[in-house]
Amino acid sequence: MELSGSEILVQFLKDEGVEYIFGYPGGAVLHIYDALHRQDDVKHILVRHEQGATHAADGYARATGKPGVVLVTSGPGATNAVTGIATAYMDSIPMVVISGQVPSAMIGSDAFQEVDAIGCTRPCVKHNFLVKDINNLADTLKKAFYVATTGRPGPVLVDLPKDITAPQIKIPYQFPKKIKMRSYNPTVKGHPRQIKKAVELLLSARRPMIYSGGGVVLGNAANELREVTRKLGFPITQTLMGLGAYPGTDKQNLGMLGMHGTYEANMAMHQCDVLFAVGARFDDRITGDTSKFCPHARIIHIDIDPASISKNINVDIPIVGEVKQVLADMSKLLAQTEQKSDAAALDAWWKRIGEWQAQDCLAYDKSSPHIKPQSVIESLYKVTRGEAYVSSDVGQHQMFAAQFYPFDEPRRWLNSGGLGTMGFGLPAAMGAKMAFPDADVACVTGEGSIQMCIQELSTCLQYDLPVKIICLNNRYLGMVRQWQEFFYEKRYSHSYMDALPDFVKLAESYGHVGIRVENPADLDSVMEETFAMKDRVVFLDVITDQTENVYPMIQAGAGHNDMEISPEHKKNLGAVNPEGELA
Amino acid sequence: MRHIISLLVENESGALSRIAGLFSARGYNIESLTVATTEDPTLSRMTIVTTGSDRIIEQITKQLNKLIDVVKLLDMTDGDFIEREMMFVKIRAEGEAKRAEIQRLSDIFRARIIDVTDSTFSVELTGAGAKLDAYLKTLPDGDVIETVRSGSMGIIRGKKALTI
Repeated sequence: MELSGSEILVQFLKDEGVEYIFGYPGGAVLHIYDALHRQDDVKHILVRHEQGATHAADGYARATGKPGVVLVTSGPGATNAVTGIATAYMDSIPMVVISGQVPSAMIGSDAFQEVDAIGCTRPCVKHNFLVKDINNLADTLKKAFYVATTGRPGPVLVDLPKDITAPQIKIPYQFPKKIKMRSYNPTVKGHPRQIKKAVELLLSARRPMIYSGGGVVLGNAANELREVTRKLGFPITQTLMGLGAYPGTDKQNLGMLGMHGTYEANMAMHQCDVLFAVGARFDDRITGDTSKFCPHARIIHIDIDPASISKNINVDIPIVGEVKQVLADMSKLLAQTEQKSDAAALDAWWKRIGEWQAQDCLAYDKSSPHIKPQSVIESLYKVTRGEAYVSSDVGQHQMFAAQFYPFDEPRRWLNSGGLGTMGFGLPAAMGAKMAFPDADVACVTGEGSIQMCIQELSTCLQYDLPVKIICLNNRYLGMVRQWQEFFYEKRYSHSYMDALPDFVKLAESYGHVGIRVENPADLDSVMEETFAMKDRVVFLDVITDQTENVYPMIQAGAGHNDMEISPEHKKNLGAVNPEGELA
Repeated sequence: MRHIISLLVENESGALSRIAGLFSARGYNIESLTVATTEDPTLSRMTIVTTGSDRIIEQITKQLNKLIDVVKLLDMTDGDFIEREMMFVKIRAEGEAKRAEIQRLSDIFRARIIDVTDSTFSVELTGAGAKLDAYLKTLPDGDVIETVRSGSMGIIRGKKALTI
C-alpha cells in the first residue's frame, strides 16, 4: 500500500487504535487535515485553543489510561500547546503530540509560523522527535507511542515538516507492530530480595503508614494496592494525584496528606515508624520541610522511575519496578510468610488515629448565611452518588474537591497536581466526557480558573459534550487571597477579580444553560436540577463565602505535626495539645 | 566531589542539547564536556566532568540514564581510570632568551611546539588537568595570548570497557 506522509500518519493512528485526536488546523498541517477529511475512523475534535487540545487529550488519557493524541500546527500552534504538554509531563500522563513544522528546506530561516518546537518542548517532554525522512515516519510514530505509554509515562512530541506530509510523495506503508530501542528498557519486576526485606519491615512495624500516589493510578494497580493494604490492615493516605486508587470511603483510609491533607493523615505521617510509599514521589507539597519529614520512620519506596528514589527524601528500602507487579509479588509473599504483625501495637496505633479522626478536621461553619464552598462539593457528591468524573482547575476549589469528594475508584479525579495549571478543568472534563458519554462529568472550578480556557464552551456545543461546570465564585483568586491573608497581613494585591462577566448570560450565549445560586437553602435542589439536564452543558455559578480558607494547612518550613487548623476544628481539640501529642 | 562521567549516546542532532539542557534545567555543574563520534557511527562518546555531593551525583547519573538518547553511562570515578586533557597555547615569544626559555619549559612538560612565527610559539600539551595548569603557571604573566583546552576524556584501566 503506497501512502503519502499524511496518509501514513492517519492510517498509523487508526492501526494504533486511536479513537480521538484533539487539534487545531493551520498552514503546516493542512496536508494532514486533508487526509483526516477523507476518512471516518479517527475522529478529530476541533478545540478553540491549542492549550484546550492538550488538556482535553490529557483528561481523556487520565480517565481511560489510553494515550491522548493532539495535532497542532507550527509556530503558535506548538507554543500554545506547551502549557498542556508541561501539565502532562509533571503528572506523567501518556500523550502524543503531532506538531506541524515548516518545510525541511526552510527550517532555520525564520519562516512564517516557524518555531523550534523540539527546543521549546525539550524540557517538558519525555522525548521528542523531528522527522527528517518520510521512510522513518511510521517507526518514529511507533516509538512515540511506545515511549509515551511505557515505564513512567509522559508526553512525546513528533515534529513533522510540511514536505514530509506532502500528497505527491508516496511510499509503501506497513504498521510497525513492535519496536525496539536499545537505549530504552523500563524495569518491570522489582528485585525479589528488596521485596522480601520490605515485607519483613512492614510486618515488624508498630506504627505503620501507607502513602500512595499517582503511580498507582497510572500503573493500574488499584486492585493490588487494595489487596495489600487490606491484608496488612494498615492506615493508608493518598496524595492529590493518588485519590481513588484506594476507596475514599474505606475505614482504613485517612484521606489526603500534605499541605492541605487531613489532620489524621499528617499526624500519622509524623508519628509512624514505618512508611510505605507506593508510586509517590515525595513532592514538596507532600513533605513540607524535608528535615522534619517522618522523623521516626524507616521508609520503603516503590517507583517505576529510579530517579524518583531518594531524590527528595532518603529511603531505606527502594524497589524499582512497576507498582502493579511489585504489589502482586508482595501480596503473594504476605500470604506465604509465617511472620505476623504486632496486633496489640496496631490496635494502639488505630486507637490513636481514631482520636485524631474524632476531631473532625474538615468541620466548617454550617450556619453561615453564605454558601460555603465545602457544602457545594458535598452536594455534588450526594447528587452524583460519588460516581462522577470530576475535573478541577487550580486553587481553593481544587483542594475542597479533593477533601470533600471521596473517590472510590481510580481515574475519576482529574486535576493538574504537579504543574498546577489553571484552565485545565474544562477541557479535561471534555476529554473524559468524550470517553464516557453516559457518565456524569463535572468540572469543579473557580471564577478565576474557568476564564483561562472558557473558549472551550464552544467546543462542548459543537461535539455535544454535556459536562457540568460547578463554579465556586467567591470573586477572589481564593488561594492567592488565603496566602495574602496569612502571610502578607491581608494586603490583597491583585487577587480580587473585578469586572467579572455574568456567567449565566455567558453560558447562554455559547448555547448552554446558566444557573446562579446564592442561597444555601437552594443549593441541593439546584444541583439536582443541574445533573437532571443530561444532554445540556450547565454552568452552575455558585456565589460562595468570600472569606473561607482551606484547612488544615501546613505552612512553609513546618512539619506534618504543625498544622494551621480551622476555627471549627479548634473547638473539637479536646484532650490533644497543640503539638498533637496525646495528653 | 569531582566526578568524571562517560556516556555512549545516540549520534543524533538533539542528543547534545538534551544532555546540556538537563544540566542547566536542574542546576547541575558542568566543568567540561567533550563529545565525538565513536568507531560505530551511530554512537557518540561523551565525557562530562561535574562536581556535587554524592546525592547530586546520584541524581545526575539517574537523570542522564533516563534520557532516551543515552545508551550507556559509567561514572569513572567509581573505579581506576585514566584521564587526559589536551591543550593548545599560543605564547608571545620575542627575543632569543625568551624563545629558549619557552622551549626548555616545554621540554620539561613534554609539550610540543607545533607552530612558530617570529613573535609567537603555538604549543600542544596533553596530560591531566593539573599538569596543564602547572605548565600555564610557569609561563611569564602576560605572555599567554590564547589557550584552547579540549576538556577531559577518560578511559577505564584494565580489560573492562564502556561498550554496548
